[in-house]
Parts: sequence; structure tokens; C-alpha cells
Amino acid sequence: MSFDNAYESLLGHEDAHWAFGTGFSEALSGVNREFPADVDKDALAAYCLMLGDDALIFSQRLAEWCSRAPELEEDIALANIALDLLGQARMLLTRAGEVLGKSEDELAYLRDEREFRNVHLAEIDCGPGPGGDFGTTIARLLVFSSWRLALFSRLAPSPFWAGSADPVLAAIAEKGLKELAYHRDHAAQWTVRLGDGTDESHRRVQAGLERVWPFVDELFATHAVETRLPGVAVDPASVKSEVDGVLDAVLSAAGLTRPADTRAARVAGMAGRDGVHTEAMGYLLAEMQHLHRSLPGAVW
Amino acid sequence: MSTSWPLWEVFVRGKRGLNHVHVGSLHAPDAEMALRNARDVYTRRNEGVSIWVVPAAAITASSPDEKDPFFAPSGDKVYRHPTFYAIPEDVPHL
Repeated sequence: MSFDNAYESLLGHEDAHWAFGTGFSEALSGVNREFPADVDKDALAAYCLMLGDDALIFSQRLAEWCSRAPELEEDIALANIALDLLGQARMLLTRAGEVLGKSEDELAYLRDEREFRNVHLAEIDCGPGPGGDFGTTIARLLVFSSWRLALFSRLAPSPFWAGSADPVLAAIAEKGLKELAYHRDHAAQWTVRLGDGTDESHRRVQAGLERVWPFVDELFATHAVETRLPGVAVDPASVKSEVDGVLDAVLSAAGLTRPADTRAARVAGMAGRDGVHTEAMGYLLAEMQHLHRSLPGAVW
Repeated sequence: MSTSWPLWEVFVRGKRGLNHVHVGSLHAPDAEMALRNARDVYTRRNEGVSIWVVPAAAITASSPDEKDPFFAPSGDKVYRHPTFYAIPEDVPHL
């Protein structure tokens, strides 16, 4: 660094104009995209679809709040969260596509319901449709982001563990951590406000918890794909106690009651991870996919 | 509901070494939520490293009626401007 002029050291060396930072770089630039030698590539693709579909489908659900949230500021907050998740979905579907020989768009828009691998929690209607309201949406966001943050914190390298053996998955998780920490924080803030707010807000967010709780069990069920990927995938059962601790702390601060744990609500004994979905999924996909299917290859 | 949330003014600092600049306003029930809303509404495009929020009611503003007595007298006092110095071209933000 040159000290010829005092401003140089003060301002750093970014070329950004002060009001509009331009310090954007490609999220995964510099990451080695080679597949590690001993990794089961088919299982890796399936695992990326699982995590990617969770983000894609939940993002679509959150986007339904656009223009309908209680306040303009919350409208933007939910849209920001949806966009963070969409970004995660794109990177994960791209990674899956590298094995499957498909693009992220083909995977998002041209798969049928049975080929999606997201958990049921991501797809159910928690509002603004008839299946819920803002309180239900916050309850789902709290559970989903606490769970996903715990998974990503294992997939990303840290001083305590190596992270996923797939360098791309590890890099995606590392980037997602900061996003998910904010999502969880946002949901926790609102959970406490609603739970500790008025009788009506308390009643609604408690009802929201009751609505989503039957779908919590699936989040921690170990899937065959995860057991085929030692060192690459995270066994969700291993993060259950951590997530329980987070949820209990938030619910207790909010004065809310944790619903009784139940066995996963399944469809004919099958889970979203198996490609079997609830009734809500078909409607969601119809809305999400219809443009691309009506006008193949449409771009902005 | 919208009218029940107070208004907050938002100030964002673009980067280290610069000052906070007023960027707009928003509604929020309290300071904590105002900060979070400001993060979501005003720093989505990488604009900031620090945010201040101030209740709009706490700001005392000069009145447009007093514009002339307030500001006109300084208009003709050129000697108050440091125009007699050469400013190096590589000094930004002046």
C-alpha cells in the first residue's frame, strides 16, 4: 500500500463509488468443480437436488407474499429471504446438473412432481393462501431456517470439522451460512414479537406452530442418499438436538408452547425426499413452471 | 396498521472513512425492527457497512418559511470558501 496520500489508506482500494458498492464477484469463483475421486456421483446429484429443491420450493412459497405482507418493509424482507434461497437453489441445481447433464432451468422447470425431492415442510401452504397467515409463515421460517442453518454449518468447513468432501457443496454451504443466520434471526425476532405481543398475535403464531409441527419429523429422518455419502452429506439426525435447543430457546422467550413431536405426516407412507408430495405441490409447480413450459427457453 | 407504526429516518454509511448519509425513511414498531427493516430496504444493493435509524419525530428541521434569513446571508461570502487552494486531483469525495 502506498502512503503518498492520506486518503488512499483511509478508503482502501475498492474502485466502488461510495453509494453503490460494486464489489460483487461470482459466488463460487475459484472453487474446484472436479468431483472427488471416491464420491458416489449419482448420490451426490440426488443430495444436491434434495437441498436445492428445499430452497427452490420454499423460495416460491415466500415469493407469494410479494405485495401481500402486513407492511411494505416486511414485504421486502420476505422477498430478500426468498431471493437468498433462490440463489442457493440455483447453485445446488447447477451442481446436480453437472452429474445429470442438465441445466438448472431444465431441473427447475421441466421436472414433474414425483422428481422433486424437497421436504413437505417447504411446499405446504402456510399463507398468504388459505393454509395459514403471517404467523404460520413465521413459524415455518423459524423451523426451516434453524434446520437448514444447522445442516449448512456442518457442510461448510470450520475449525471443528472439515466440511463436505465435495468442494462445491462446501463452498455453497459457506456462502449460505450468513444468509441463513439472518433468516433465522428474522424469524426468531418475529416469533418473539408475535408470541409476546397481543392475545391475537400469540394465538395465531401458536396455531402456526401447530400447523407446521407434523412436518418437522421428516427434517431429521436420515435418507438412504445421505448414508451413501459419508463425509459429503450431513446426517440430519445428527443436528436434531442442536435445532431443538434453538427452537426451545426462541419459543420460551416468546412464551409459546412447543407442540408435541409427532411421527412425520407422510403421503402413503412416503416423504417428500422420496418424491411423494402433498396436494399443495401440484398447484405450486403449475404456477412456478407454466411460463417456461408455455414459452420454452423464455428469457427476460 | 400502517399508520400505527412510527416513521424512522435512515442513515447509511457507504464505507469506512465516510459519513452517514440520509437515504430515506421507513415504518417500524421500534428501533430494533427499524434497523432490520433498514437493512432489508436500503442495503440490498451492497450500499452500506453501517446503519443509523432515528425516530422522525426526534428530528427538528428548519422551516421553509425561514429559508431566506437562514441561508441567503451566506450566499455572497465567497471568502468563506476554500477556493484559493489548489486541490490535488487524486483527492476523492470533495
